[in-house]
Amino acid sequence: MKRSAVFVLALIFSSALVFATGSKEGTQSGTTAKVGGSVSVLAVWGGQELDIFNSLVAPFTDATGIKVEYEGTRDLDAVLTTRVAAGNPPDLAALPGPGKMAEFAHQGKMIDLSAVLDMAQMKQNYAPSWLDLGSVDGKLVGVFTKASLKGLIWYNPKSLSAAGIKIPTTWDQLMSVDQSVAAKGVTPWAVGVESGAASGWTGTDWLENIFLKMYGPAKYKDWYEGRLAWTSPEVKAAWQAWGKIVADQAMVYGGSQYELSTNFGAAFTPLFQSPAQAYFHFQATFIQSFIQKQYPDLKPVDDFNFFGFPAIDPKYAKAVEIAGDLFGMFKNTPQSSAFMKYITTAQAQDFWVKPADGISPNRAVPLTDYPDPLSKNAAQILTSADIAVFDASDMMPSKMNNAFWSAIMSYLANPGQLDGILADLDKVRADAYSGS
Amino acid sequence: MTVTNALWALVAVAGVPLVLGSYLFAVEAVLRRRTARFARRVRPWLWLAPALILLLAFLVYPALSTAVLSFLNANSTHGVGFANYKYIFTDSNMLIVLRNNLVWLVLFTVVTVVLGLLIAVLGDRVRYEGAVKAVIFLPMAISFVAAGVIWKFMYQFQPAGTAQVGTVNAFLSAVSSGFKPQAWLFNKSQNNGALIIVGIWMWVGFAMVILSAGLKGISVSLVEAARIDGAREGQIFFSIILPLLRSTITVVATTLIITVLKIFDVVYVMTNGNLDTDVIANRMYKEMFNYQNFGRASAFAMILLVAIIPVMILNIRRFGKSGV
Repeated sequence: MKRSAVFVLALIFSSALVFATGSKEGTQSGTTAKVGGSVSVLAVWGGQELDIFNSLVAPFTDATGIKVEYEGTRDLDAVLTTRVAAGNPPDLAALPGPGKMAEFAHQGKMIDLSAVLDMAQMKQNYAPSWLDLGSVDGKLVGVFTKASLKGLIWYNPKSLSAAGIKIPTTWDQLMSVDQSVAAKGVTPWAVGVESGAASGWTGTDWLENIFLKMYGPAKYKDWYEGRLAWTSPEVKAAWQAWGKIVADQAMVYGGSQYELSTNFGAAFTPLFQSPAQAYFHFQATFIQSFIQKQYPDLKPVDDFNFFGFPAIDPKYAKAVEIAGDLFGMFKNTPQSSAFMKYITTAQAQDFWVKPADGISPNRAVPLTDYPDPLSKNAAQILTSADIAVFDASDMMPSKMNNAFWSAIMSYLANPGQLDGILADLDKVRADAYSGS
Repeated sequence: MTVTNALWALVAVAGVPLVLGSYLFAVEAVLRRRTARFARRVRPWLWLAPALILLLAFLVYPALSTAVLSFLNANSTHGVGFANYKYIFTDSNMLIVLRNNLVWLVLFTVVTVVLGLLIAVLGDRVRYEGAVKAVIFLPMAISFVAAGVIWKFMYQFQPAGTAQVGTVNAFLSAVSSGFKPQAWLFNKSQNNGALIIVGIWMWVGFAMVILSAGLKGISVSLVEAARIDGAREGQIFFSIILPLLRSTITVVATTLIITVLKIFDVVYVMTNGNLDTDVIANRMYKEMFNYQNFGRASAFAMILLVAIIPVMILNIRRFGKSGV
């Protein structure tokens, strides 16, 4: 009896220890001069993107004593939606796009940032289009902190000149360059669309650029607002144009198997092998930090560079597609408003600018902060574009966005099924935009 | 780890048995005042009351609520009759989901039981049985998510002619010279099989351990007698061992069926249901958390519930019959 009692007590104590160490609730022992406390942030960043974010947070924590509790997930859509619906949102979240933000704002879950930020300062530092994109029904609910330019075609200048390839400026030129490269037995493109729960999003960027260059910003807006059917001739033509590249096994490195199974952050490697296994890689500006992480010896402009997406309809040659991470606030606490104020400053956004992980929409960030001519070039294009539209799939309701991603995967696996895939997308469209 | 947390943990771990103990003590004290007959009739219900209340609150009520929600629309504001079920059984994408669950059900259960039985029988005859069982049982210790991540690396694809980083492609390339590396998870003809292999890898250990225990319960003298009578090994296995193992195999099979109907993590982590690998649980997750369509998510949940009921009835009847 005595022995079993001791055993039971020991069990209780050890399980108490297990529970206690498993708890994440810690209080910050900041100095008395600082605010202290903590703010929770939810975003998609992991790995190297997270390292950059952590370095951004460090001076803030040093200055204010506020601890930033970061949670990252590739399935941001599901996690954030659930937490907001459960009444347990993070203090701040880096939203993937204005589409989701608008859904939350209409539910009344987002804090009006004009009460938190110095609006005069904001209007001075941000172009009106950035503030508009972050506003719902006239209230500012999201601030862009890190932007990227989409629709760039990356290439290795050394291998291009070795192969005698000239940079194409129109779609037709691009097609003929592709044909001549393929005729020599090399695949001109390296494509990878895998990305966990969001697999397929790189393909959507590509399609959006093609659509934009073919039909212009007005039809583009009709498309992402659900007024243009997926089975319409315009949308189908965009897919078919894209298919001329990605569905042709001779055009893409490793064929469809490589496209489907390679993570977006690793797909460019064939460009930098010798001899070059591919010449072109479609991706946004942020891929630069990935390239530099994997190949630290490569120099921008000399070893890797980009050109803008070639024109299809000359009317829309100058149109660019941009995307950005916006920060939204769900809980107004002294800590969360302090962090929100910090993240909108040029000083904070510099942490993304300096390693070429993003372009800052804040005008106070000088062009000289960009580490190389490449990112400076991108920043200039972004800030001076005359037709700039936002990433369409990020503007769509999440059900449509998810279906779009899956459709990319299905199309790459089976391009012959395009009609069926588009019909399915239209079914989802009827569901997703009905506001149910 | 702070002092307050440790204290709270202690309170919880020590407090719950204490509270329950004192409740039972109080119940007995009350019943002692009544007649023995009354006490005998009422005592089981009073003892079971805390568990029953918890079951009602966390099992029965949610099940009924889900059943009701499955007949309502996406935000549960008005009724839609059988529309959600109709969608699930007629939409072509949903039919693929149901087909996948059926494929999982049949392949996973059958192969796991057969493999587990094979390893149990063969292991019984070797001296290093303990080591074999330990190694094969190891995958049971990790979660389905961890298994998914591991196998995702193993299934990785690099184009033919380049260095293979995925174990499966590397091994097959080394073993057979004309082999073309495959993107196992992204080929519609292979991906379901690839995912099921992961599931089998995880649960073979369970099947093997239970079947091995059942096997060892068969008296050696029976088998010896059969051998003396001239029966071949095959005859011994199929006519003597297998029938005697029937109840054990049923236990294993029902557990596996219950597990496979819920399969989610492997699919979610490895392919997220893309390219015709979607299963009911993954769809339910997407409908619920990504699309906030509570009607359809509940309909999926009800379908799983209904599919499980025959298995449950079998299980309960068996519990009633033997002491297993």
